[in-house]
Amino acid sequence: MKKTLLLATAALVLLVPFLHLAFPAGHPLHLSEFYVGLLGKFLCFAICALALDLIWGFGGILSLGHGLFFALGGYGMGMYLMRQIGRDGQYQSDLPDFMVFLNWKELPWHWALSDSLVGQVILALAVPALLAAVFGFFAFRSRIQGVYFSIITQALTVAAMLLFFRNETGFGGNNGFTDFKRIAGMPLNTPGMKVALCVASGAALIACYLVARALTQSRWGRILQAIRDAEGRVRFLGYDPVAFKLSAYVISAVMCALAGVLYVPQVGIINPSEMSPAASIEMAIWAAVGGRGTLIGPVLGAFFVNGTKSVFTVWWPEGWLYVLGALFIAVTLFLPAGLVGLVRRFKP
Amino acid sequence: MIKRFVLGWLLALFGCVAWALPPDLASRIAAGEGDDRVAALQQALAAGDASLGPFLRALQDGRVRIKGGQALVIAEGATAPADAEEPMLNNRMRREIESALAGLDLLSQDVDVRRKALATLRDDADASKLALFEKALAAESDGGLRTQLNALVAGAKLSSTDPSQRRIAATELAGSADPATRALLLEKLAAEADPAAKSAMQKAVSDIGDRLAWGERAQLLFSGLSLGSVLLLVALGLAITYGLMGVINMAHGELLMVGAYATYSVQQAFRAWAPGAFDHYLWVALPASFLAAALVGAAMERSVIRWLYGRPLETLLATWGISLVLMQAVRSLFGAQNVAVENPAWLSGGWALLPNLTLPYNRLAILAFAALVLVGMALLLSRTRLGLMVRGVTQNRRMAACVGVNTARVDTMAFALGSGIAGLAGCALSQIGNVGPDLGQSYIVDAFMVVVLGGVGQLAGTVYAGLGLGVLSKLLEGWQGAVLAKIALLMLLVLVIQKKPQGLFALKGRSVE
Repeated sequence: MKKTLLLATAALVLLVPFLHLAFPAGHPLHLSEFYVGLLGKFLCFAICALALDLIWGFGGILSLGHGLFFALGGYGMGMYLMRQIGRDGQYQSDLPDFMVFLNWKELPWHWALSDSLVGQVILALAVPALLAAVFGFFAFRSRIQGVYFSIITQALTVAAMLLFFRNETGFGGNNGFTDFKRIAGMPLNTPGMKVALCVASGAALIACYLVARALTQSRWGRILQAIRDAEGRVRFLGYDPVAFKLSAYVISAVMCALAGVLYVPQVGIINPSEMSPAASIEMAIWAAVGGRGTLIGPVLGAFFVNGTKSVFTVWWPEGWLYVLGALFIAVTLFLPAGLVGLVRRFKP
Repeated sequence: MIKRFVLGWLLALFGCVAWALPPDLASRIAAGEGDDRVAALQQALAAGDASLGPFLRALQDGRVRIKGGQALVIAEGATAPADAEEPMLNNRMRREIESALAGLDLLSQDVDVRRKALATLRDDADASKLALFEKALAAESDGGLRTQLNALVAGAKLSSTDPSQRRIAATELAGSADPATRALLLEKLAAEADPAAKSAMQKAVSDIGDRLAWGERAQLLFSGLSLGSVLLLVALGLAITYGLMGVINMAHGELLMVGAYATYSVQQAFRAWAPGAFDHYLWVALPASFLAAALVGAAMERSVIRWLYGRPLETLLATWGISLVLMQAVRSLFGAQNVAVENPAWLSGGWALLPNLTLPYNRLAILAFAALVLVGMALLLSRTRLGLMVRGVTQNRRMAACVGVNTARVDTMAFALGSGIAGLAGCALSQIGNVGPDLGQSYIVDAFMVVVLGGVGQLAGTVYAGLGLGVLSKLLEGWQGAVLAKIALLMLLVLVIQKKPQGLFALKGRSVE
């Protein structure tokens, strides 16, 4: 089943852009740009859900702070994209518009790499990894488990959100970054670029899935699951749970940051609201709806929940929160194994 | 003689009113160069002529005309002569006239008029009115007004041209505790040249500063305690549902919101059907908000939470879902905008303790209310049968069931109680802040912070943590601003959980494991 789903994802990632590019607008088989953008967004969300599944489904650690890693990746990419605007901004300055507005004369120190795409992408992945490593080290070493870990990751994310809302931190304050023009010298707003980013997101998702599968099937993955089920026993057997949990947490944070890096050029905006507690908890529901600990489930869950959201925001906007709320309750009460569990129940 | 005659003639012709003010002075006030007009006004004020007041009021009302170098007062209702010129009044002149009128009011028979005049003159004490102030002081009988007048005289002396006068005035003002006096002294200090007067003023400024510092410190402490009492109220409900029962209730904030909206509904009902008793709506709103939130809580416990005991992560997600539904339900019922909850008359205003320290009544009431709820809850848990059963079930569920306690019912009751207390907190919050669908979201992180810091399973820790966090966050706010204070506190929470996962004031011993 997994192989078919994997192939289906790959086919979808190739088919949608193909239908968009190969058929002219007005042709019955033509898919509009909107769907390419939507698919690209969902693919990024699916990477987040996969990342969360790695630590929640396999490590038993529910992080309510993955929105922070996602946003950090997005901000890292956003910094590069802001610099790519060049002198085409409103103030026709070398500096990004918001810095001109704040009357800054030169780039702050943390923008040092923002001229180079490769350098900035590395930074966008390294900073979340470092943050996760430091924060996770202290948290896991103090044996913070379960709900306490969820609450402190949430507190960390809220603190970061408040920090990013401020103008002095150099991330554009309330408005964040937007109005991007080009990437690597090529304009962003062309069908070709959109398709390229969408396909890149698809490739990233498949790569992340393969990495996650290899990891969870390895010895490392087995011990991680053992820690999830009985941490005390694993410790008495001579393993140090900190190393396993920490590595899982860091890998998961990097995956989430990668999703953020790919997400921002596609939607064209990043602002601190990505770090709100609600955004992080929604990631958890993607994973829970799909089925924790299955890797493929959270990918499906991300598509299912966000697809439903897209339908509702068009059809009945006020109803979406009722549906999302009901989804949270129904999945925890009736579908502990998620959609994948439902399928397995009927197909032994 | 001829002037008198001309005036009388004009009076007869246009129906104007004459005055006993020397006419040349009146015309100098009404027209001419700015400085000269002010000087004339001050001269007339120093003379203390009773007719000056009506003339100035006429000037303010635009009922004075100039004709042939003479100022005429047009009677109210009469038409002005067509060829007469209207005097110009610039802002400076208007201000001067206002303060001169206030100066005249100082001599009024009516104590309220005098008090109002003093309030107007407080920021405008200059040497030209010194004679007037001293005259008023001699006639003043009201003790409170005398003190204020004394300060005013000293303030006027500060503007005196005689350095020794200024020095004496500064020494007199050193006894004051008024922020306005300090501002005046600082202003005069900048322009002071005489060394003796200067050092006297510097001493006065620092003396007043010392006295004000206590007011400022008390203000900071009070706002900290006030925030602490709000946090305590919010966290008390959580101390039951989370602290005793171990349920992570992400919808706790929405239970506050339910309480606040219940208060709003009661208020609207009073407005519609019993406007006369509006000041007493809170007495109905309190039980209503308790009941509304308790019912919602009981329904939550019966339908969702009871299936998830012992699975805290699932509880967290499910209650988050409930909070989304509750928020959207409130949006559908009451609209997405904030609604207005008004304080009853007896809660508006404040208690002015010092010139720079006013304690708002609604904040004081919440402080008292938090203490009341705390005592009530402590008594309920320690002295009643329900409290005994709740403690029994949380300490050893199976043993409690063995001795015949209906544990499922106790769970529901306890959860409803915690929810009801959240409703009470919501009612209290509606008196000091905005009521809207997002009300709960802004308190939930803080509330968990209080409970986690305070330690699980006991009320005393929650009290220390709530009040301590309130005072600490106000102190940090005064030092670094609100956002950085919040960030610092969140980091503190992270650190405390690292070091003491059971809370700062956790029970010692085996029972916590």
